[in-house]
Amino acid sequence: MTGNDRLAAVGQPSRRRRATHQSLKAAARVVGPVAFALAIGAIVLALLGRDPVQYYADVVQRGLLSRLGLQEAAIRMAPLLLIGAGLIVAFRAGLWNLGVDGQFLLAAAVAAALGGGLAAAVPSPFVLVLGFAAAAAVAAVWSLVPALLKARHGINEIVSTLMTSFIGISLANLLVKIPFNDPETTVPQTRTLPLDDRLPRLFDTPIHLGVLLSLAAIVAVHLAMTRTAFGLRLQILGGSPAAARHAGLNLTRLTVGAFALSAGLIGLGGAVEILGVWGTMRADWNPAYGLLVVPLVLLARCHGIGVLVLVFAFSVLSIGGETAARRADLPNYMTLVLIALVLGFLAIVEYLERRRRPAAG
Amino acid sequence: MDPALIETVVSALIAGAVVAGVPLLLAALGEQMSQTAGVLNIGIEGMMLAGAFGGFAAAYYTGSAEAGFAAGGLTGLVVALPMVGLCALRGVNQIAVGIALTIGVQGITALLHHVLFARTYPRLPAVEGAAVPMLSNLPIVGAALFDRHPLVYGAVALAPALAWLYRHSHVGLNLRAAGDNPASLDAAGVSVAVTRAWATAFAGLLAGLGGAYMAIVGAGLFVPFMTGGAGFIAIVLAMLARGRPVWVLVGAVVFGASLSATTALQIIGVTVPTDLIQMLPFVAVLAMLVVLAGRTGLPAALGLPYDRSR
Repeated sequence: MTGNDRLAAVGQPSRRRRATHQSLKAAARVVGPVAFALAIGAIVLALLGRDPVQYYADVVQRGLLSRLGLQEAAIRMAPLLLIGAGLIVAFRAGLWNLGVDGQFLLAAAVAAALGGGLAAAVPSPFVLVLGFAAAAAVAAVWSLVPALLKARHGINEIVSTLMTSFIGISLANLLVKIPFNDPETTVPQTRTLPLDDRLPRLFDTPIHLGVLLSLAAIVAVHLAMTRTAFGLRLQILGGSPAAARHAGLNLTRLTVGAFALSAGLIGLGGAVEILGVWGTMRADWNPAYGLLVVPLVLLARCHGIGVLVLVFAFSVLSIGGETAARRADLPNYMTLVLIALVLGFLAIVEYLERRRRPAAG
Repeated sequence: MDPALIETVVSALIAGAVVAGVPLLLAALGEQMSQTAGVLNIGIEGMMLAGAFGGFAAAYYTGSAEAGFAAGGLTGLVVALPMVGLCALRGVNQIAVGIALTIGVQGITALLHHVLFARTYPRLPAVEGAAVPMLSNLPIVGAALFDRHPLVYGAVALAPALAWLYRHSHVGLNLRAAGDNPASLDAAGVSVAVTRAWATAFAGLLAGLGGAYMAIVGAGLFVPFMTGGAGFIAIVLAMLARGRPVWVLVGAVVFGASLSATTALQIIGVTVPTDLIQMLPFVAVLAMLVVLAGRTGLPAALGLPYDRSR
């Protein structure tokens, strides 16, 4: 029996059974790491003198089973999904965009200033559209620095995006504190967008339109990456820049385009958080989502649906964790520990999986 | 301006630069070694933070700064072990594990701080320097540069020592081969995995020491998230130095000086927004990158697991 025959024999079972098998394996890939992480997290909790069972029950109760918690988790997902969509574009093109926080905050600052500033003069839908467009544009323009440095001078984008991220964070703070500052508040922050002018809520829930937009964005990016010529070009660039050049692709334009699209989506994430939830940006506000979403996208292997699943799990854990930590009289940092453990075990499972099927790696 | 005031300001600027620069120097030298061997150690931020906590706790409970430094280095090393086991010895995704380590340490240290110190916020006494005879009496720079804890002199001396190691020793050659051409190292009969493991462990040790210095000497206390991105600056310094430890030293001095410039300017009453000053070192690095025409000269196999069968 040759290798191919054996493969064919294994492939014989009916399509449906194989599909079930596949989805079971996919579930095991997530459930295993989560179980390990929870086990170690339980030890940590016990060492701190807290009841792990109670803690996890609170997480599930609040994050997954309560209506309000699920709604909050959905709202939390919106910026994370948009950041994830942006990172999928960059990572598939082989570009390490590690400048998420700078792009996110600069876009948020501009969206907040526009929203609060125009609210009195312009009808709400125009304010929102303008806010989104400006946020995406600012983040995209900001990403021109690392993109052009990479395309023109071959400067490693890990260094340049980290640098522009730090600069962007400080610049966003500077903007909020001086030109965009609302003189009527004591804490430096932008003018507040009135509650009624923010993104419309869906069906009498606190969930805003941005959640739908971000779901659409992640699906659209996934399809664009896997089904369109542009996506294929980015994949070629990511696979081998030399091959892309031989294929006659314009590397400068592709690099700049991929960076702009990636940062633009991340910028929309900043706008969604401001125009949907806060209505204003405070100085020194930085949720530091970048560090959390980067590993999620890597572990989902830049697959849009995979990112969606991981972002959902992360959001439930972080919303439920807030309540559980409060009840256990612990600071919310316990959630960070659990997330780190899940990430670590996900990475290990991804590695084992890759080793067993070297061809797919 | 009063010359005595100028002297005070310049002296404070230099002293601040040393305090801010030494943790960066130590962590970046460690990061440089792991990068040279092909491991992009994104977890360095977590290793620094762990060192800061471990160092502070040990110094607080034993009353000895030296015990604190030792514990800090050891804690950094322990935090590096998952990276060693998973990424250097096996091929698990380096960036995912590095970020997981950083986030995990942020959470754990903040929790431990909450349980142990949040009610009292203890402070450590100032650490005595070891004055270098003659030099420490120099005007302006004397006390700022030559009346420091021995760890500072050690950190500075480590740069040329590592430069010698990379250039002239067998160990250094192996390290560079592990990062640039792992297959050739393998063919020479040296284990790529073990070489990378040592380099990664060393990075954890140095980062932990740097964090301990930050907590014990720099701040005198531990605050959650106190490293505030210093580890990421160390990664960038290591990348910019293109494998040359002496350039890490130069970079750490530049970054340290610009971090301390805020305080010095406040002393003379100049109110420049701190955000503006915080941007400057990063702008300087970007400008330097453009002038150097970009080649960061990263090891060819940086971040890639070595697999003999491919």
